[in-house]
This record gives sequence, structure tokens and C-alpha cells, in this order.
Amino acid sequence: MELVNLALKSIFVENMALAFFLGMCSFLAVSKKVETAMGLGLAVIFVLTITCPINNAVYIYLLKPGAMTWLGVEGADAVDLAFLGAIAYIGTIAAAVQIVEMTIDKYSPKLYSALGVFLPLIAVNCAILGASAFAVQREYTLAQSTVYGIGSGIGWWMAIVALAAIRERLKYSNVPPALRGLGITFIITGLMALGFQIFGGIQL
Amino acid sequence: MAPLRRLLDKVAPLFEEGGKWEKLYPLYEAADSFLYTPGKKTDGAVHVRDGMDIKRLMVTVVIALLPCTIWAMINTGWQQMVADTAHAEAVSLGLKSSWMTALGLGAWAFLPVYAVTIAVGGMLEGVFATVRKHEINEGFLVTSLLFPLTLPPDIPLWMVGVGIAFGVVIGKEVFGGTGMNVLNPALTGRIFLFFAYPSYLSGSVWRILPAEGAVDGMTGATALGDLVGHGDVSQLGYSWADYFYGLVPGSMGETSVLCCLLGAAFLIFTKVGSWRIMLSSVLGMVGMTLLLNALSGSGSTPAIQGYLAMGPEWHFVLGSFAFGTVFMATDPVSAAQTDTGRWIYGALIGALTPLVRVINPAYPEGVMLAIIFMNVFAPTIDYYVVKSNIKRREVRLGVQ
Repeated sequence: MELVNLALKSIFVENMALAFFLGMCSFLAVSKKVETAMGLGLAVIFVLTITCPINNAVYIYLLKPGAMTWLGVEGADAVDLAFLGAIAYIGTIAAAVQIVEMTIDKYSPKLYSALGVFLPLIAVNCAILGASAFAVQREYTLAQSTVYGIGSGIGWWMAIVALAAIRERLKYSNVPPALRGLGITFIITGLMALGFQIFGGIQL
Repeated sequence: MAPLRRLLDKVAPLFEEGGKWEKLYPLYEAADSFLYTPGKKTDGAVHVRDGMDIKRLMVTVVIALLPCTIWAMINTGWQQMVADTAHAEAVSLGLKSSWMTALGLGAWAFLPVYAVTIAVGGMLEGVFATVRKHEINEGFLVTSLLFPLTLPPDIPLWMVGVGIAFGVVIGKEVFGGTGMNVLNPALTGRIFLFFAYPSYLSGSVWRILPAEGAVDGMTGATALGDLVGHGDVSQLGYSWADYFYGLVPGSMGETSVLCCLLGAAFLIFTKVGSWRIMLSSVLGMVGMTLLLNALSGSGSTPAIQGYLAMGPEWHFVLGSFAFGTVFMATDPVSAAQTDTGRWIYGALIGALTPLVRVINPAYPEGVMLAIIFMNVFAPTIDYYVVKSNIKRREVRLGVQ
């Protein structure tokens, strides 16, 4: 039950894009077409699912104050590598993104070219680093951080696909010239965030 | 009516191109087309032969809303009479003989809210139409009637103005006006108020107007607010039939399921509202409720267990499920546009509603949030329905 609760929370209530406004650059830039948004969203789910538990494990077993005790070496329990957190997480993320990039390049060159620079940029997508940092900060267990990673990914994917579909439909709208493009997208994002409040305050 | 027509014709040159008030043409056009059938003809080659225009479509919805509106006034007045000792005599005679008093009192609560909605929303609509040079159309009649019906009777009037302003401007006009918005404008306004001033619209507290005499106003919980606490329908103090007919406290238009059903019958008969959405959301609600009933043993407290076990017939009559499904979910602009999409869209609204009511104690009522949430996803549903249809046809033709 607790894991279901965490999953629902990370998908809807603490949605990476709509509640924390993380990963905004690719959220806004790659949401013009549903197909590319779908591809990027799935890539983000994949990267988050891998990196969130790995980074959590890195923190628990290597970086946390006293984490190295398992080595059994004298003085290891005094080592505190927590200051290396951010750089270690980025390393994991960059490696995961490399794998995704090579896979997409091989199996779907069309999607690869459509995603363009935003695919390697997943490595610096703040939604992904954010999920790892949140998982560490909230002291999740490995199981929790896996669920949290998948949930955050699904939430971000749902948000970007819905935004892309809305933006495709917006072609038939008559948006005031000053708001066209990013302006109206920000307004839609805000309205979507209202909708995603549906499970706010949920308790299972 | 002839003098009116003559007057309109006389002032027409002032508003047409080159006239003195050329910029205000949308205002003139709105008055003209609202009162008379426009004399415009299609001048291109395409000529759709159909008497159904936006005006007729929207007026049909307004007619379908009339039972709810009248009942809103009667019930609001009645609830106030029941709470106020000054009306004890009239109450003891029963609703049949003193409904006129109730209607009067209710109108005193409803009409100011409605007037503010029309004034603020209509003005903004007029400003946008004039500046952006689009027509003012009758869509606003529906929005402006739906919006007050979703509000509690004691809402401060400034809040009504703020809400409808948000609904009209951010919900509709920034997208270019009627037919181009993403979310239902009336619900956008309401959801804005819901999150901005939760204590007034939490759905759990219903206050009557300050009445003359002893009572200064009274608070009482609505059924859904109560159920979060004890989860037992027999403790509500009203019977199933009371909720069905709607003689209970609640937001003004939502209480009577019977009136919503009358409206639904009219909308389906005139083919203005989608029966697919209405039917599928009832099915979705029943399905989700049965699932929750099956899980009722796993609730952590007796209240949650009782609430989980509540049958679909209660979810159907409580709160604004009927009102939302009939009038809000079927909004042709913000709903899914494909038939298959409508089934999915409606079913998900129906399924989310009891889910939010039962497992989310923060929001006693889930209909509004479920509809807004599905409004957000309606374009996605449509996209994939269209896509799969294209794929099927390609396979049939042997292209792929």
C-alpha cells in the first residue's frame, strides 16, 4: 500500500513537470508534436527508472557518512563523501543516457533525429537529477526509490504527451499574437497543473 | 417587434465599416444575432445545409438547464427556511404549499450571483471581442448559467466576479474564444476559486444566508463532507429519495438528480449532448464503485471501510455527479471529439469520481477535478483514436 501511495504521489501530486516545474526546457521545447514527445517521455521514464535506484544505492553504500563501513577497513566509518553527491549522480545519469542514445540511434533513427539535441540533454535534465536528489534527501529505501523513479518518469511522460496533444490541437485556435508559442504553453501548463491536483492529499 | 428591427437597422451604419463606432461592431452584431436570425449567407462554394448553428446549440443547453436552475432557487430558499425559525410555520405546511416563498428566497440568493456572472463575464467577453474583432457568441450564455449553478449560495459576490473573470479570460479568451479552449471555462473558473479560497468551496461546508431575525447564518456539512468522517449513509439524515429529488443542502444547481436527468433527456433527444459520454461515465462510475466495494475489507478505519462499501446508487445521487456528467463532461469543445474517444473519456471521468471521493479525504467531491483532468487528456485520447483508425484502414487497404 505504501508503495502504491508513493507511486500515485510521484505521478500526480508531486509531478516533476507540473508541481516542481523541473525539466522545463525539454518539456516546453519537445512538446510540439505528440510523436516526439512520446519518444522523449519514454526515454525519460527509462533513464529515471535506472538512475534513481542506482544513485540512491551509490549514496547509501558509498557516499553517506559512515557508508563505507562495509569495507571493513579501519577508519572507513569516519569517511564522509556526501559532498561528491551531485557529481556522482550526474555520472550515473550520463552513462544511462549514453545507453539510451545508442539504442534509439540504432533502432529508431527517425526518432533520434527528431529528438535532436534534447536526447543527450536528458543527461542534464533537471527532472532526472531532481528525482535522484529527492530520493536521497527523503532517505528512501532502494525499493522506494525504484518506485519513485518510475512514478516520476510516468508523471513527466503523461504531462509532456498531454501537453503535446493540446498544442497540436491549438493549431485551430486563435491565440493573441503576443501569447503565441511559449506564452500560451505556460498558461496551458498552469491549467494542466490544476487538473493534476486531482490526487492531492491522497492517503491510502 | 418591428420597431426594434427598425431601430437596429437604423443604427447599423454607425457600426459597419467606416461608421462612427466601427470598432464596437461585435457588440452590435451580438445584439442583432441574439434577437434575430442573421441574414448572412454563405458566399463561397461550400454550403452546409443545416439549421444547427452555435446559437441554437447553446440555447438548447440553456433550455436543458432550466429545470436545474428553477430547482436551484426553490431548494436554496427551502434550505434557508428550514434553518430559520422565522419560517417555521411555512415549513410545517410542506414544500407543496409554500414553494412560492422558497422560490422567492432562493431567487434572492441566486439572482445576484447570476447577475454578477453576467456583468463581469459579459463585459470581459465584450472587451475581448471588440479588441480581437471576433463575434460575441451565445456560448457565454451557457458558461454564465453553469458557473453560478456550481457555486454555494452564500458565496461572496466579489469571489463570483473573480472566478468568472478567470474562467472567461484564462479558460477561453486567451485561446481565441468559443470553440478553441482546452478546458471547460465554467469549471476553470470554479476550480480556480476552489484552490484559491478553499474554505468557501471545499464542498464540505454549506452556509445559509444571514436571515432576518434570530439566525445569523448557519453552517452545515454536505453529504460528501460528512461521509469522509463516518462513511455511513444511514447517518446522513436524508434518504436516497431526498438526494434523488434534491431537497438537500449543496451547491445551488447540483442537488437534484431528477432535474439533471430531465436536462439529459432533452440534450440527448436534441442530439446536442453526447449520450456516449453520459452513459460511459455512469458505467465507469458503477465499475469503479463495485471495485471499491470489493476492496472494502482493506480499509484502515471503520469510516473508510464504510465509505468503500457504499453502493453505486449512492455515488450516483450524492454531490454533483449527475450535474457534472450531464452538463460539464459533455461540453462539445473540451470533451473528446471522436466517438471511441468519448467512450474512453466518459468512462475515465466516471471511474475517477468515486475514486477521488473515497480515497482522497482532501477533496470530498471528485467530479469537478475528474472532468478537468480528463479535459487535459481529451486531445491525447483523440490523437491515438485517430491514429489507430488510420492504421486500421491502411491495413485494410493493404498499404502497410
